[in-house]
Amino acid sequence: MKPGRYLVLGDIACAEGAIYAGCSLFAGYPITPATEIAEYLSRRLPECNGYFLQMEDEIASSAAIIGASWAGAKAMTATSGPGFSLMQENISYAYHTETPIVIVVVQRSGPSTGQATYPAQQEFYQARYGAHGDYESIVLSPNSVQEAFDMTIRAFNLSEMYRLPVILLMDGAIGHMREELIIPKPETIQIEYRYKLGDPQTRENQILPMGQFGEGHKLLVTGSAHEISGKRNYAPEVHSATIRRICSKISNASDIIEIESRYLDDAKAVIISYGISARPAYGAVLALRKKGIKVGFIRFKTLWPFPDIILQKLMNEDINHVFVVEMNNGMAVREVQRVIKNAKIISVTQLGGVIPSMESIIKKVEAQMECKN
Amino acid sequence: MQELMKKYLRYLPHRFCAGCGNGIVLNCFVRAIDQLKLDTDSYLCVSGIGCSSWIPSPYLNLDTFHTLHGRAIAYATGAKVANNKLNVIVFTGDGDGAGIGGNHLIHAARRNIDLTVLLLNNYTYGMTGGQVAPTTPHASLTSTSPYGNPERPFDLCKLVEAAGATYVARWTVFQPRALIKSMKEAILHKGFSFIEILSPCPTEYGRRNQLSIRDYLNYFKELSNPQGNGSKIPLGVFVKKEAPEFCMQLNLIKMKAQGKRGEKID
Repeated sequence: MKPGRYLVLGDIACAEGAIYAGCSLFAGYPITPATEIAEYLSRRLPECNGYFLQMEDEIASSAAIIGASWAGAKAMTATSGPGFSLMQENISYAYHTETPIVIVVVQRSGPSTGQATYPAQQEFYQARYGAHGDYESIVLSPNSVQEAFDMTIRAFNLSEMYRLPVILLMDGAIGHMREELIIPKPETIQIEYRYKLGDPQTRENQILPMGQFGEGHKLLVTGSAHEISGKRNYAPEVHSATIRRICSKISNASDIIEIESRYLDDAKAVIISYGISARPAYGAVLALRKKGIKVGFIRFKTLWPFPDIILQKLMNEDINHVFVVEMNNGMAVREVQRVIKNAKIISVTQLGGVIPSMESIIKKVEAQMECKN
Repeated sequence: MQELMKKYLRYLPHRFCAGCGNGIVLNCFVRAIDQLKLDTDSYLCVSGIGCSSWIPSPYLNLDTFHTLHGRAIAYATGAKVANNKLNVIVFTGDGDGAGIGGNHLIHAARRNIDLTVLLLNNYTYGMTGGQVAPTTPHASLTSTSPYGNPERPFDLCKLVEAAGATYVARWTVFQPRALIKSMKEAILHKGFSFIEILSPCPTEYGRRNQLSIRDYLNYFKELSNPQGNGSKIPLGVFVKKEAPEFCMQLNLIKMKAQGKRGEKID
């Protein structure tokens, strides 16, 4: 798509965002509600000199993009819960080999096959802890078609900058919703590239330049414990140093976390949400304020790393109720409970593949605020 | 000989068991690429998990990609598509390539992607201590078939041929010259090339089935005798044919897409 205004699905906005980010290889497997990303890229990538691969399963898809990344491509896959489960072993490999890839997860209602065509937000923890071993994750959460585009670009940028996999955690409602997308002029979009082995520049936070197959580096890439050179080494001090260095890339970074906050100055309560459920949550904030109930609003645009310090700083002393609205049985609320100690935390959950209504959120907030009075 | 090893290997000695066929395959591969004289920077050696996956990594002084159990072919597919110029060699075993990775094996063969797959069949899962594999002969003893293997083994050459592979061969480590020649053919072949290499595992498989390394060698010798024993396991090159190669097809698709629609982002 050329720069301009469009009315498109969130999945298409995500796919076009990948094109603008410089994605040159997509490997995937059909799954609702992410299939449209693959369908669109099967047509679009060859036009842009890229490659589309439909693999035999999600295991192969995630493996192929890691292989492609080491061969120099910016590579992506897209899936939903069941496929994301299959990818976890390969994602663990990508963390340990510090491979930049983008994994788009368009969440649907589980567990298992669940309500395959209904949206949900149940992979909050799987996106962080789904793979085995020690690592830190970058997980982004768009709540509009526009953000599906913007955050796909950001996911590629972060993966290239940090030399790590990045997960774009959409949900079926965003993926399958049509609304306005504005594509800006390419020259206004910031695009990042990994530093390659032999480049004179270096990045901070111990982010190593990356080799590329076929360029004479005689690379050793392995998922076994290894030295910086890639040589296998099981020595306790070598492996612990590797893991601490990889984790520190994210835990020491200050430019990953993005958060939206409104009406916090006079707030007595705050509603926290993310993804599609942040929309009725924000509607509830506006409605409650009209009624004179001073409610603030926080939306996580980055789910992981979790915004511990930023969240603590946003809390003023008058806030004594914190509502966490999400489409699962209460996941992000556990992190909020861990971080916020001086307010009552109330989990507002919506299951069944349904987006929570504004009214249901308002009711829950009013019930809590009244019971306090 | 020593000069050749110095030229292509990062480390020696290797860690393979006494009597293992891995060293012979490594030796044959080094000779094959030395004789081919292709740019060594163009080689990418991909492997999964298991004894055979240690042949390229860490020993070969080429780009090596030591990936996950069963997934080497899927990783290799991504790398080959992203950079068509790479000569991608997959080192795998019977458990890695035909057990956990069997799905990737047949689909890569079906695509006829230009990979060379060297599958060492030692009839067992060696690295984990000799468990029953999809290639273990019926009634054989392994650490997980103490009463004899109730299953029947795969014929991997027939499998990949049926799936669409365009170069298919089977050799034993007893025939290094034929193997080297076949490796060279497979690397030069444009399409999915598959060589099954029958290889001894005296440590884990032989021990449980009263096969000494001498028994193995005699067995492979018998197999390699064309007039021999009326063997049910034929050796040789079974398939060598031309068919559209996957990366070429993808590049044709690119041309088609770009010819039809001029719209490209800057």
